[in-house]
Amino acid sequence: MTEQLILLPILTQALIAVFLLFCWGKLRVQQLISILGSTLNLAFAGWLFISVWQNGIASVQSGNWEAPFGITFVADTLSVTLVLLTAISGLAVSIFASVTVVAARLRFGFLPILHFLLMGLCGGFLTGDIFNLYVWFEIIIISSFVLITLGSEKQQLEGSVKYFALNMLASIIFLTALAILYGLFGTLNMADLSGRIAQVENRSLVHVCALFFFVGFGIKSAVFPLYFWLPDSYHTPPSAVSAIFSGLLTKVGVYALIRVFTLLFTDDVFIDTVLLGVGVLTIFSGGIGSLVQTNIRKVFSYLIICHIGFMIAGLGLFNKLALAGMMFYLIHDILVKTNLFFVSGLIYKIKGSDDMRVLGGMYKSNPMISLLLAVPLFSLVGIPPLSGFWPKISLILGALESENFLVLGMLLFGSFITLFIIARLWAKVFWKPGDQLKIRKDFEYFSDYSQTRKVFVLIPVIMLAAVSIYVGFGAEHINTLAERVAGELLDTKPYIQTVLGK
Amino acid sequence: MQVLLAITIGLLYASGIYMILRRSLVKLIIGLILLGNGVNLLIFLLGRITKGNPPIIDESMKTFDGAYADPVPQALILTAIVISFGLQSFAIVLIKRVYKVVNTDDMDKLSLNEDDQR
Repeated sequence: MTEQLILLPILTQALIAVFLLFCWGKLRVQQLISILGSTLNLAFAGWLFISVWQNGIASVQSGNWEAPFGITFVADTLSVTLVLLTAISGLAVSIFASVTVVAARLRFGFLPILHFLLMGLCGGFLTGDIFNLYVWFEIIIISSFVLITLGSEKQQLEGSVKYFALNMLASIIFLTALAILYGLFGTLNMADLSGRIAQVENRSLVHVCALFFFVGFGIKSAVFPLYFWLPDSYHTPPSAVSAIFSGLLTKVGVYALIRVFTLLFTDDVFIDTVLLGVGVLTIFSGGIGSLVQTNIRKVFSYLIICHIGFMIAGLGLFNKLALAGMMFYLIHDILVKTNLFFVSGLIYKIKGSDDMRVLGGMYKSNPMISLLLAVPLFSLVGIPPLSGFWPKISLILGALESENFLVLGMLLFGSFITLFIIARLWAKVFWKPGDQLKIRKDFEYFSDYSQTRKVFVLIPVIMLAAVSIYVGFGAEHINTLAERVAGELLDTKPYIQTVLGK
Repeated sequence: MQVLLAITIGLLYASGIYMILRRSLVKLIIGLILLGNGVNLLIFLLGRITKGNPPIIDESMKTFDGAYADPVPQALILTAIVISFGLQSFAIVLIKRVYKVVNTDDMDKLSLNEDDQR
């Protein structure tokens, strides 16, 4: 039964998207289907997670073509955790988008495209075939192109040109790497490739291939020095879109990096050095970049980059503690980053601006909402016992174990700079006495919303905040999960055995 | 044949990269298209070019007999062509739209949207 279960999250999202297309123009129906469907999908993802947690790694061969000839879908703990997180954020974004995105955008197929994007994400996490991963990536980026350009505002279009060009280039580089890989090994099944790569004599060819993969996925996950498209484009679409982009799109790049550099190109000093160097520089440049920004969403965009560095550095350290820390950080980051852009969207809807220089007095005017917004902000900083605190301990212990003090110092620097930025943001937006902002015409303020709509705007924020509070207070559970994932990443034998059946 | 293909691929990559480094939006798209074609040929070349039969097993046979072409690269290229076709058509519509709204074809003229408010 587990085998068929693997495909359920992908199929549900695909079906929701198709149903939504049939209800073109009927906004109420679309919103209802989207929210109910996402809830159903969350149930399936949870079921899959529990089943894999109890029975171990599962795989299904599409069309019954045996691996390595057919396309395999594999559900290991890493994949199902990410699918579950996708389902959680997907539900939150679907609610948030239904109530905050203006009707004109919704009418042009916003929700169906959102569900196609979620389908692509689930597929990407679950596939065990590297060319199939490319196909899922394309589904993800083409949906994201539509989401980022929908509305055709001047700013959006300017941002999306950069987003489009760099992502398409990344796909081409990824495909080049695939061509080399196929030329070398004649197979594209990741489990089958895993053993063969270590045996190749010509290491430089393997390194070239690995670097192509690194650049391709690096552009998508916005690492140094390939991140410049991100802060230029992520703040332009509606907040609901930014939320799903920052929570999941960059993380799918990180997931691909984790998969490729633990399963395919492992135990290579050269590659680990590259990962560590890039991770350290990413933390540094993201942190410094966010210091000078005044637009809240741009501050958060740079923080995404800074925290991607934490994960890349954790991957580069490649010991059990660091990998567990990285996994924990990934879980925490998906939830918190999605919520952060909800926060920025909420501030924008309440005040009509997201410029820190003119904002102020949020705490005085909306004390309860401010307290709610404090949860994701403080989780991000990692104030114990909130969720950001625990993974940093594991990462720092991992760096100590490898005696890599540069990484250790940079992790501390990154945490400190995050603290500084969030404290400054809190002081400027929430505490500073605010001037009366100019009332904008043709703008839907939060206070103009009906009572039910206000509640629906707050539900996703509360939901994600509750989950990240659970991640913080139930850190023991999450840590068990992260350690199990780290164990699976270090010892890939069960994965390979499940796929190839020997 | 291999050498000829290798040179073609090299030329496509080089000209593609040259084109995406230009400032014009149209040239950017042309560059991406050239790169896309280059990568398709690369898969074709690295999938080993063989002079052989099409990869179809005869009704009376159980396995392949003699030299045959590897079907996988062809399937990969077909998929990649279809995907890049979709992306390219989107790109062309996008730059037309950008040109209408921003009124320039020059990448440097796209503002860094620092201060303006949505």
